[in-house]
Amino acid sequence: MSALLAVDNVSKRFRGLVAVDRLGFAVEEGGIYAVIGPNGAGKTTLFNMIAGVYAPDGGAITFAGERIDGLSPDRICRRGIGRTFQIVRPFPALTVEDNVTVGALLNRRHVTEARAHAHEVLRRLDLYDRREQRASALTLPDRKRLEVARALATGPKLLLLDEVMAGLRPTETDRMVAILRTLNAETGLTILLIEHVMRAVMALASRIVVMHHGAEIAQGVPADVVRDPAVIHSYLGAEDV
Amino acid sequence: MPLDLYLNVAIGGVLTGLVYGLMALGLSVIFGVVRVVNFAHGEMMTMAMYAVVTVFAALHLDPLVMLVPVAVAMFAFGYLVQASLINPFITRPEHSQFLLLVAMATIIANVLLILFGPDAKTVQVAYAFDSYQIGKIIIDATKLYAGIAAIVVAAALVAFFHYTPLGTAIRACADNYTGAQVVGLDVKHLYSLTFGLGAACVGAAGTILLLIFDVTPSAGPAYTLLAFVIVITGGLGSMPGALVGGVLIGFTEAMAGLLFTPSAKSMFSFAILVLVLLLRPQGIMGRRTA
Amino acid sequence: MIARLIDGVPPRALVLMALLFLVALAAPLFAGDYLLTVLILIFYFAYTGQAWNIMMGFAGQLSLGHALYVGLGAYAAASLFTHFSLPPWLGLLVGAPLAALAGAFIGYLAFRFRVGGVYFAILTIAVAEFARVGFDHFGWVNSSSGLFLPVKQYSGNDVWHLRGQPVMFYYLLLAATIAALVGCRMLLTSRIGYFWLAIREDEEAARAAGIDTFHYKMLAVVISAAMTSFAGVIYAFYYNNLFPEQVFNISRSIEIILAPIVGGIGTLFGPILGAFILTGLAETLTSALNAIGVDIPGVKQIFYGLCLLAVILALPDGVWPWLSRRLGLKGRGP
Repeated sequence: MSALLAVDNVSKRFRGLVAVDRLGFAVEEGGIYAVIGPNGAGKTTLFNMIAGVYAPDGGAITFAGERIDGLSPDRICRRGIGRTFQIVRPFPALTVEDNVTVGALLNRRHVTEARAHAHEVLRRLDLYDRREQRASALTLPDRKRLEVARALATGPKLLLLDEVMAGLRPTETDRMVAILRTLNAETGLTILLIEHVMRAVMALASRIVVMHHGAEIAQGVPADVVRDPAVIHSYLGAEDV
Repeated sequence: MPLDLYLNVAIGGVLTGLVYGLMALGLSVIFGVVRVVNFAHGEMMTMAMYAVVTVFAALHLDPLVMLVPVAVAMFAFGYLVQASLINPFITRPEHSQFLLLVAMATIIANVLLILFGPDAKTVQVAYAFDSYQIGKIIIDATKLYAGIAAIVVAAALVAFFHYTPLGTAIRACADNYTGAQVVGLDVKHLYSLTFGLGAACVGAAGTILLLIFDVTPSAGPAYTLLAFVIVITGGLGSMPGALVGGVLIGFTEAMAGLLFTPSAKSMFSFAILVLVLLLRPQGIMGRRTA
Repeated sequence: MIARLIDGVPPRALVLMALLFLVALAAPLFAGDYLLTVLILIFYFAYTGQAWNIMMGFAGQLSLGHALYVGLGAYAAASLFTHFSLPPWLGLLVGAPLAALAGAFIGYLAFRFRVGGVYFAILTIAVAEFARVGFDHFGWVNSSSGLFLPVKQYSGNDVWHLRGQPVMFYYLLLAATIAALVGCRMLLTSRIGYFWLAIREDEEAARAAGIDTFHYKMLAVVISAAMTSFAGVIYAFYYNNLFPEQVFNISRSIEIILAPIVGGIGTLFGPILGAFILTGLAETLTSALNAIGVDIPGVKQIFYGLCLLAVILALPDGVWPWLSRRLGLKGRGP
């Protein structure tokens, strides 16, 4: 299988601070990859570069064979990358259904068509029953699933999930994991997630990239990465375990 | 046209511009700290100007003498407005606050219209037609005093913000609202103080401006707009920028009035606004935000 | 198309709308001359409010310079009429693109350079002021001395030349308001409408969902501007005189925003309800004061200011959302 997304020697600095330092990895089509690391490691900055919020200062980002670094967020979405935000941002005054319809309208001219597709997506994400509720009235787990649904409705080939499990209880985490696994298995959707919740990472990811101070300190299959001394060191600090 | 004519007009423009700068400084202070876009800025100025006109008609006190009392009165007004109307609105969307001030501006302007009528009012000081001569350069006394007064008031304000504990506290609020609360600053009170200071500033500017211009009830919006053009040109959040912007606008207006027609001078201010937005949106002395 | 228009609207709302429409149609038969002029004013503000609402309520951009578009439409049609006897409907074909261009210019400056929120409002004020001063010196439209259309008592109604009795203008504005209502409803229930609402709610998130926000914001501005210019044409031919000082004045811009704010930004019926409440009350107030011999200029403006204040403080979403909930008229959507 070929690499759908290739991050090649990518860097980003904000004035004096190096947020991402010559990072490189490739995400294979159909895979679920996780990016983990302590807070401030540069994970969200990495996402924001892939999603077009920032342009990298160095290096290249390639998606489906074409360079995407420096493109605007809406063009990146139209190329086939959907994303969620670390702090959930559904459209508050719109209903659940309308939120997802907006996403579905990206590739469809007519509202009825889009709404039908939105319903499909909502069913997948277990939100169909709440479709007429306002987004602002939803609980956090539901809002997180709504954001995923909206991103999904745009028909992406790659889904970027930024700490989508944060704030969820274990049962809700498991539910989200199940939904994502099914999505990946049934549709071949490639998923790249930033996560702190190791329970979800271990259950989903086929490969993990570990970041610390903007650079990669380990990359590989979950079993290896989790035993890597550098990884343990960066999570637990300088003292011996 | 002879060079000295240009120079005279230019100097007059710069001096007037210093007063504009003082007016804009009040706006900059308010926006920089409280983050409220004060649409009633011009009306607050005309309010103060009418107060001076009234007192002058009764007591013949020179506007420069009335500077301090007017500033104090405007400070109280500003404090009250922020405390009673705007503070409760901090969490509301931006345009709500803005429209609140639009409403206030409309009410003030029309109350002034009812109280004073639509005709222009002026203040005729004893030295209204005096001037100083340096070589071939002629400087109007009124403009000179106005410029000096503006510098003095502006300096006092800048000194307050940079050298007093209260001023530093206010600047802390501006930098970091939550952080300021965490260290125990009463942010709402500081906001009210700041709005009061901004109001005092614009009141002082208005008082000084009466030496040069007259006042009508409908003059407010043009001044509000001018203040915004200056603040955006000079750089948001930069106090020296407001003064620099003011001088630039004053100079441009004066030259435009000389080279084209006087009544079209405001068009040049707007042209500058557009240029600034196109070429350097952070203003002359502003910092580029991410 | 009809289905899409009434989808999600409760039946009692439809009945009420039909009734109100019939009343509005028949009104000139019962209203006296004065009441007719008040009604004309109401529908003028209902229409311009609806046009402004597209920019603000749908796309989230606060414009405080809509008088610019009124003025451009008014001056285009009026000057072409006085100079070349060009019928106003053809003058509109010049005025509307002109207004659209002005809107596009403002939009481009604002959106390309990230001038948002209240800075956008400042920009709109600045451009309107620029036009005011500019037209004051524009010889072809008679500068500050004003442009005048010939005024006569018209026995017939010439719609093509917009020469006629007030009742003609009433029906024109009523038709325009209804057309605007239908048009906005069509837009809101279409792809464009969804994108506008998304942008209004959260522009960053809208972009992440693939929406080219620059494009859609420009669309809102241009449509709003062009729509408003039609009101300008009516203005010119109804009042028969134009002064830059009055037409482009910021007070006109503020008057335009009052109805939709009081009625409810972003709602379809807000501007119409707001126009009825504001103009109705203001005229009642003025008449009452006149009756007791009080005639002070500025009282109406203070009233408007107080209304605005009251709405912002007590009913920030406007009267229509509150009213429609009370009357059980709330359907799906605005």
